[in-house]
Amino acid sequence: MLRRPHYIALGLIVLLTLVILNLPGQTTAHLKLGIGSLFLPLFGLASSTQQLAGTVEDAVLPRRELLRLNETLRQENQQLRLQAMQTEETARENARLRQFVGWQRQTPWKLKLAKVVLREPANWWRAVQIDLGSRDGLRLNLPVLTTEGLVGRISSVSLTRSQVTLLGDPNCKVSARVENETHDAGIIGASGPLETDFVALGYLSRNANLKPGQYVVTSGEGGIFPKGIPIGKIVDVQPVDYGSRTEARVKLAANLNALEAVCVMFP
Amino acid sequence: MNWLNTVFVLGAAFLAVFWETAFGGVRHLLGAQIDLLPPLMVYASLFMGISTVTLLALCGGLWFDSLSANPLGVTVLPLFAVGLAIQVNRELILREETFAQLVLGLGASAATPLLTLLLLLTMGRAPLLGWGTIWQLVVLSVGGAIATPICFELFGWLQRTLVHRGATQTSFRPDREIRRGRL
Repeated sequence: MLRRPHYIALGLIVLLTLVILNLPGQTTAHLKLGIGSLFLPLFGLASSTQQLAGTVEDAVLPRRELLRLNETLRQENQQLRLQAMQTEETARENARLRQFVGWQRQTPWKLKLAKVVLREPANWWRAVQIDLGSRDGLRLNLPVLTTEGLVGRISSVSLTRSQVTLLGDPNCKVSARVENETHDAGIIGASGPLETDFVALGYLSRNANLKPGQYVVTSGEGGIFPKGIPIGKIVDVQPVDYGSRTEARVKLAANLNALEAVCVMFP
Repeated sequence: MNWLNTVFVLGAAFLAVFWETAFGGVRHLLGAQIDLLPPLMVYASLFMGISTVTLLALCGGLWFDSLSANPLGVTVLPLFAVGLAIQVNRELILREETFAQLVLGLGASAATPLLTLLLLLTMGRAPLLGWGTIWQLVVLSVGGAIATPICFELFGWLQRTLVHRGATQTSFRPDREIRRGRL
């Protein structure tokens, strides 16, 4: 049986919820930032603990192991330098050919490294927050990627933190094309709630020439993601809407479950 | 010392929200992150007043939404609804029984995300839903059910350790004392 205090509390909560839910977007963002900043000491503490654990691990690592790792990294570094030389040469050649044909010159990607500071607590969104904000020049809809491939886009920005909506979230749609002879284009949309490694590539033509193992990259259409960022590989293909369209399941190149550091791409 | 209990509950809610965002081990393992706010709400609604329930719904919901992609304030009402429903019927609940705590935790942990999803859909948002959501709800409910008796034990221990107990009235009454004379 509800008593008077219950009614008062219920009225208060309903009123407050309605007021907060109807606040303008900018005010809500500021409120979120203000309330979220209460957790900064705890996140700082967690980060310090992780660093301490890393330092302890480094201290107890045997010298032999360190030397072996050093040697491996040295070899890897040499290989990467050779690859970079080849890439530079290819880029120069590409620039010359573009000039020859009269195409616009391609600008290299400007990237900024960011650390993933927290993960989405609700199970019905796919997002993370990174430690760069508007003071670092971040703004809405900038693409976010790792060395493996595309991760998502910036969906909200505060002064010191930003939210990245990951691929597979219903609010992160990407225009993509398959790297095959016909360059079939589609839209990367939401995936299943449990399928964090896979996304659906929809709106493909029913005659699309798709095979498992083909690479999927951004098409550059839509104005958010530049062309050619790797997304993943096709796993399987099935007809949808009574065969009028085709849909492919794509295994993402980037591991979204183990994101620790990401790169934000500036235009 | 009722305010101290309220502080404990709010502190636990703050730490619970932090844990949910900072540590994703359960999500990797089971495919869903367990929410610890409903078990806390079960405890608060059974042992504390409506003011604590209101504060927990408001603070817990706002803390949760501030670190989430949820619209700010969307978790407040479902948490409060669950707390209010339990509090109104708390005279009928055997709150010291572990089974009762498990069942209440299960119900609260299932109802809170369902109500939040309903609210999100009503607002025209498009959360990630599918057949996998059923599994996520099962994980959330079972996880919440297991967490509820643990939560009761923890707060019981905290109370025994830190909260001063009021002096209980003894059965001795000086006016009823039998004074014996000399034999």
